[in-house]
Amino acid sequence: MGSGMTNATPQASTLSGRLTALANPTRFLALADSLVPWLGGLALAVLAVGFYMAFAAPEDYQQGITVRIMYIHVPFAWLAMFCYSLMAISALGTLVWKHPLADVALKAAAPIGAAFTALALFTGSVWGKPMWGTWWVWDARLTSVFILLLMYLGIIALTRAMDDPGRSARAAAILTLVGFVNIPIIKFSVDWWNTLHQPASVFRLDGPTIHASLLWPLLICALGFTLLFVTLHLMAMRADIWRRRVVAMRRLSARAAERAAR
Amino acid sequence: MLALFRRELQIGVRTGNGALTGVLFFLAVVAVIPFGVGPDLNLLARIGPAILWIGALLAGLLGLERLFQADREDGSLDLMLLADSRHMRALTVFVKCCAHWTVNVLPLVVVTPLLGLFMNVEPAGILAATATLAVGTPAITFIGAVGAALAVALPRGGLLVSVLVLPLTIPVLIFGVAAARGAVADPDPFLPPFLILAALMLFFAVIGPLAASLALRWGGD
Repeated sequence: MGSGMTNATPQASTLSGRLTALANPTRFLALADSLVPWLGGLALAVLAVGFYMAFAAPEDYQQGITVRIMYIHVPFAWLAMFCYSLMAISALGTLVWKHPLADVALKAAAPIGAAFTALALFTGSVWGKPMWGTWWVWDARLTSVFILLLMYLGIIALTRAMDDPGRSARAAAILTLVGFVNIPIIKFSVDWWNTLHQPASVFRLDGPTIHASLLWPLLICALGFTLLFVTLHLMAMRADIWRRRVVAMRRLSARAAERAAR
Repeated sequence: MLALFRRELQIGVRTGNGALTGVLFFLAVVAVIPFGVGPDLNLLARIGPAILWIGALLAGLLGLERLFQADREDGSLDLMLLADSRHMRALTVFVKCCAHWTVNVLPLVVVTPLLGLFMNVEPAGILAATATLAVGTPAITFIGAVGAALAVALPRGGLLVSVLVLPLTIPVLIFGVAAARGAVADPDPFLPPFLILAALMLFFAVIGPLAASLALRWGGD
């Protein structure tokens, strides 16, 4: 198979054993094939329920109808950070355990994460125009999320710049880990710098400060988008493995043709 | 390690007119700004420290992609990496960074007061800008070493290094400018951002060489 894709001996029961078993790309592809339709359907169903609830939820007494942007903006922003954390874990998988799937996971997650980050910034600025009166402010959280977008794009550029998949995976993994310092900065930026973006209202030690009628649609939308993200990620990983196989097969056939010509 | 430092210094001074080019670039960046924002001296005095910092940041990124490339081309990089048992790899990278900073970035810090005069910054501000640059620019070099190590095998990695490194240098820039401004603008404090800047520099002095040495080890052929 393509470089980095080795066949592992199947081991049962333990978690690490299962992860090792997944290193076999054929087994992973089979799992992904069976999971993707279910996850995709579930994501669509949960999102449909979430959107219905979001439109049925009462309007905010100050913000009016613009509060509905929150139901997509907040999940996008969560996923932007979740995706980067996933990539950082994959980077550890690449560097520490040299797990071939971790390479693929990191590479496949970067464009999806960049898309979610861009969407979070876009929906935020659409909300900011009527509420703050401006499309963009150089607020701590906005700026740090913008840096996150730049880092996603940098990682994508780095993975595209190298031909050898193994080497590009290691380079991207190191860059991802170094860039991970930004994630806590984003999370706590609203607490450290007292600026325009509102502080956390859902994950707090003293419980959420947001009313239940708004909280439930938000959580369900977040769940739906997370499922959607997992589906997209699995599909992207599957496509990347297929791409590597095609490259490997082309190389084999070219070699065979060369041998036949000789 | 001292020998390595001396070797890097000699190579840097002899072969590259890198320091001169860097200083000229710094000068050019700073000189372009008044044309962009207009020659209002009060405005320039207010944004002067920030301009000095941005100019130094951009100039500091200039020679970075050559940090490991020259050594990779003549094979000495492999020798340095193989000598891991005697000299820790990260320490080797650290020394190379220090030498690079001394040759290429220290001249920028030296000419900062002169450029500060051009921008009509008052003496305290010039002093503060120079001090913050002296403390903050090593961090840029250490972060840049990671980018340089990642892109060492790429034929035209220079632009990629800048793209990868710039987002990571933003905290350094924020606190550097905050401290430089704190010395001039009255209500803003100088010492707290300056200390955070120093802490950032020390933090990246550890993280940067470690990550760069990892990248060199795993990215090598």
